[in-house]
Amino acid sequence: MPTDRNADNYESVLTGASKDVASFEGEEKGFVGRLQEMLHATPSLVPLIVLVAAIIIFGIALGSKFFSPFALTLILQQVQIVGVLAAAQSLVILTAGIDLSVGALAVLSSVIMGQFTFRYGIPPAVSVMLGLTIGTAIGAISGWLVSRVKLPPFIVTLGMWQILLAANYLYSRNETIRSQDIETEAAFLQLLGVKFQAGGATFTLGVLLMVGLVAALAYALRSTAWGRHVYAVGDDPEAAELAGVNVHRTLMSVYMLVGFICALTGWVMIGRFGSVSPAVSTGMMGNIQSITAVVIGGISLFGGRGSIVGAFFGALIVGVFELGLRMAGANPQWTWLLIGALIIGAVSLDQWIRKVSQ
Amino acid sequence: MTTEPILSGRGLIKRFGKVTALDSCDFDLMPGEILAVIGDNGAGKSVMIKTLSGALQPDGGQVYVEGKPVNFQSPIDAREAGIETVYQTLAMSPALSIADNMFMGREIRKPGLVGQWFRKLDRPAMETFAREKLSELGLLTIQNINQAVETLSGGQRQGVAVARAAAFGSKVIILDEPTAALGVKESRKVLELILDVRSRGIPIILISHNMPHVFEVADRIHIHRLGRRLCVVDPKDYTMSDAVAFMTGAKEPPSEAVPA
Repeated sequence: MPTDRNADNYESVLTGASKDVASFEGEEKGFVGRLQEMLHATPSLVPLIVLVAAIIIFGIALGSKFFSPFALTLILQQVQIVGVLAAAQSLVILTAGIDLSVGALAVLSSVIMGQFTFRYGIPPAVSVMLGLTIGTAIGAISGWLVSRVKLPPFIVTLGMWQILLAANYLYSRNETIRSQDIETEAAFLQLLGVKFQAGGATFTLGVLLMVGLVAALAYALRSTAWGRHVYAVGDDPEAAELAGVNVHRTLMSVYMLVGFICALTGWVMIGRFGSVSPAVSTGMMGNIQSITAVVIGGISLFGGRGSIVGAFFGALIVGVFELGLRMAGANPQWTWLLIGALIIGAVSLDQWIRKVSQ
Repeated sequence: MTTEPILSGRGLIKRFGKVTALDSCDFDLMPGEILAVIGDNGAGKSVMIKTLSGALQPDGGQVYVEGKPVNFQSPIDAREAGIETVYQTLAMSPALSIADNMFMGREIRKPGLVGQWFRKLDRPAMETFAREKLSELGLLTIQNINQAVETLSGGQRQGVAVARAAAFGSKVIILDEPTAALGVKESRKVLELILDVRSRGIPIILISHNMPHVFEVADRIHIHRLGRRLCVVDPKDYTMSDAVAFMTGAKEPPSEAVPA
């Protein structure tokens, strides 16, 4: 045992060692390494490449039938519901959560907007506002259970999914509000279904809303303190808290915003379907469809990684596959087989990209 | 010493169930010094540091900053009082950039309309500031301030964490085991950073198990044992084996070093 501190001189040899400890430049990694780093920095690149490749392949195979303004904008119309839901799902998944109730909340919100108008005679614009408010409030309940009661998001939203779906049938008394009735008495409810043409391309207000929403969220996530906090909370909540982020407030804001966007999806649904029905498939499938889009879009289910633009591309990829394979006359099961392969591929890629840090 | 301690605690008590982690513990940090805190596992060092940094609230006793009593409810309170802590886990978000991490929870917004209405972050200002602070601490070779923290080595991450604390810690910087996870070369770099921070007049509390490091940089050594301050010694007067003996109870502390 050394009795003098100078006797412990093991570090003296370091004077001869290289001093550049804190050098931040990366060594040569070759093409694969650089690709890995590039994907690490821009995670939405992969879904974009897949999307463009799918459009080109279907375009070559099907010709102008597929590669036309009409067909391509039809895809946008077909994915608008899943696209908006995927935007909401992305926010939750970025915080390392998951929301199984997005579809059910969307359907319930559409039912609330419709029934408030037709059962109570509330002006449609006010009904829409109330629907959005209730959606936000339901999001707040989920957020509170996750953030304060510290329940796993999977459990909270699994329960919420069943509750909302049941409430949706109970409240609507399983009645559908017919499209013609809405058209004549409360056309405002169908506002997001309004179509306009631009050189063969057909857009609806719902499509514009989806694109605008994705752009706005992408901006907020990238360029505001709130967005950085969402990523930090998803990455490591304890670290974020110690670094001075209000984790509770961040989680609450995310779940409330998700509730709001789901209610917005309810409004988009009225525009798309024309009618208000408690039995639309979104209630059961909306969660899986949105999670699929998010995963294909390269957002990590472990939180803190990925971009919302990627999730939008993910939704479009599913839309392109569905329409392309249908036009090609293939059995629709091929769509799901390919989507399944894409999901597994996307997650494998995510694992590989994460290794850039090791 | 006649100067007033910049951060001190008197009679701090903290209990967890039946365990008393802090047993009317005293603590003093003088301006401009590096005070090392050593003690066996379970002696209560971390608990004491957490009460000083606001992560825990004491059941009894009082913390003072420059002689004024303070009651920190969270690390954010302590931070506002100018006390920055580098935790053992570093408290960084691996997927975010160096600049994002340095400004986590205190981002700078663009001036004017863009900042006020669109809450746009002032990235260039944040990056310039982060780069300046890293250079000040001799981390000059940074190529890309937007690099994700997870792509850095352990020593570089530690460097960024220390730079973050040094950039914003106006009064005190607390370092919890800063060299525990590092190799010899990287530890050396962090020790240089610590000396560098002191040379700019900011006092440092250094918690460490590494005796050579403690004896190299510390001005005074606070030896913690059984939930309280056993003694404070000058590393010039004692050897590492003495310190270890006091810390483990193998040897009685010198009577003149026992605080009143």
